[in-house]
Amino acid sequence: MRAWLLLLLCTPALAQDPNAGRSLAATCANCHGTGGRPHNATIPPLAGMPADTLLAKLTDYRSGKLAGTVMPQVAKGYTEDQLRLVAAYLSRQARP
Amino acid sequence: MIARRNLIAAGGLALAGCASNPPAASLGRVVVVGGGFGGATAARYLKLWGGAAVDVTLVERNESFISCPMSNLVIGGARDIASLSHSYAGLQMQGIKRVRAEVVAIDPAAKIVALADGSRLGWDRLVLAPGIDFMLDAVPGLSAALDSGRAVHAWKAGAQTLLLRRQLEALPDGGVVLMSIPKAPYRCPPGPYERACLIASYLRRAKPRAKLLVLDANPEIQSKKALFERAFAQLHAGVLEYRPNAELKEVAADGLARFEFEDVKADVLNLIPPQRAGDLVRDIANVNRRWVGVDWLSMQAQAAPGVHVVGDAILSASGMPKSGHLANQQAKLAAAAVLQLLKGEAPDPAPVVMNTCYSFVTPTEAMHVASVHQYDAAEKTMKAVAGAGGVSPAASAAEGEIARAWAENIWADSLALA
Repeated sequence: MRAWLLLLLCTPALAQDPNAGRSLAATCANCHGTGGRPHNATIPPLAGMPADTLLAKLTDYRSGKLAGTVMPQVAKGYTEDQLRLVAAYLSRQARP
Repeated sequence: MIARRNLIAAGGLALAGCASNPPAASLGRVVVVGGGFGGATAARYLKLWGGAAVDVTLVERNESFISCPMSNLVIGGARDIASLSHSYAGLQMQGIKRVRAEVVAIDPAAKIVALADGSRLGWDRLVLAPGIDFMLDAVPGLSAALDSGRAVHAWKAGAQTLLLRRQLEALPDGGVVLMSIPKAPYRCPPGPYERACLIASYLRRAKPRAKLLVLDANPEIQSKKALFERAFAQLHAGVLEYRPNAELKEVAADGLARFEFEDVKADVLNLIPPQRAGDLVRDIANVNRRWVGVDWLSMQAQAAPGVHVVGDAILSASGMPKSGHLANQQAKLAAAAVLQLLKGEAPDPAPVVMNTCYSFVTPTEAMHVASVHQYDAAEKTMKAVAGAGGVSPAASAAEGEIARAWAENIWADSLALA
């Protein structure tokens, strides 16, 4: 019974691609650099930023609380879960 | 070219490996053809994510990568072409095999790519990123005018970019430049309007009595419309004249450009031809024989399982422009899917791609358009997220700086620049 319950609880996680965070974060790399390490830091580095800090920023861009050029428009295109995965993945990358 | 009989013979999904001659890389061999934004990124991310387990070969006929984004600044005299040219050495440093060759045939059944020198490359998965080619038959005389240099397209960066620049430099003050824009869809929707702004900026500075006439086959400006209208009216009035609903019909031997309602005699002819998927994928261009329809979960061609196509050659999803940025994003989607398929696993069921594209209205001021596209499982396509994306409130020098940084960062991301 317990094993069955555990399996049930795990099902939603299994439905998600195991590399979802990596692949979602790769959509940021065109501007912010591969793995969040940009060549030209006019667009800020994201690698190694604490996940909480990054997620708070993304959430504020998404809600419109934080102003910007591209980011307020782009953050609205991702779900909260997707932003969480992006923040978690980028926080694990080595700083530039 | 893809041999049609072989394509028809191509059956189900390709399986990883080869029983009689197992490849050294445990997951298998991937050949990528085309070293633009799409192909370079596919090769780079296959290696980045697949490591030693995947054998990646990039086939590109040109010696180096030359970026279309930022090339309008070269045409306007505000940037050197060397600054947008990069070698493929960065990709080789990552362990990607670089083959400089022309592909002459693809056999999806035998899983072989044939090169012009007679050699062959075997693959378990193939990624094609051929970009666009021109529909020259649609406009009588255009092919001859381009061949002779009387007309210039400059819609593939490199020699054509420099030729247009030289012709603008040689233009007498008081001369006329004609640009014609083909009906959409074409590569880089805002590109012609950005170019118009940068040519007009140059003319105002260097040849104040010269004029630029922009004749657009479309009924209106195709991207960042309000922003370009403002730039045309406020920054470039008196130099630039824009007219919609004007399709190029013919180019006469003496260079006279014939449109539906007028004939134009100009000193410089920048005639951007109508476009379709690159020649390499002609036989799998299943949408109006013009574009390659793809499965958005893997970027596999509908007409050739095992063959993945990315970039300008595909039938874009609704609201998705043909841009270098999206070619890069589609290539990452394809790379992730190829690796999953080589492992015998399903691709990500919920992929996301996004676009950011900057346009300059003067050599220093730029503006952007952005969008995010999520997979819609019910309709099996990518959909632009409603309420997300948008454009700049106005062009600015600050966004001009960001645009230049964007270019450096996407080049580095695509080509693994050190």
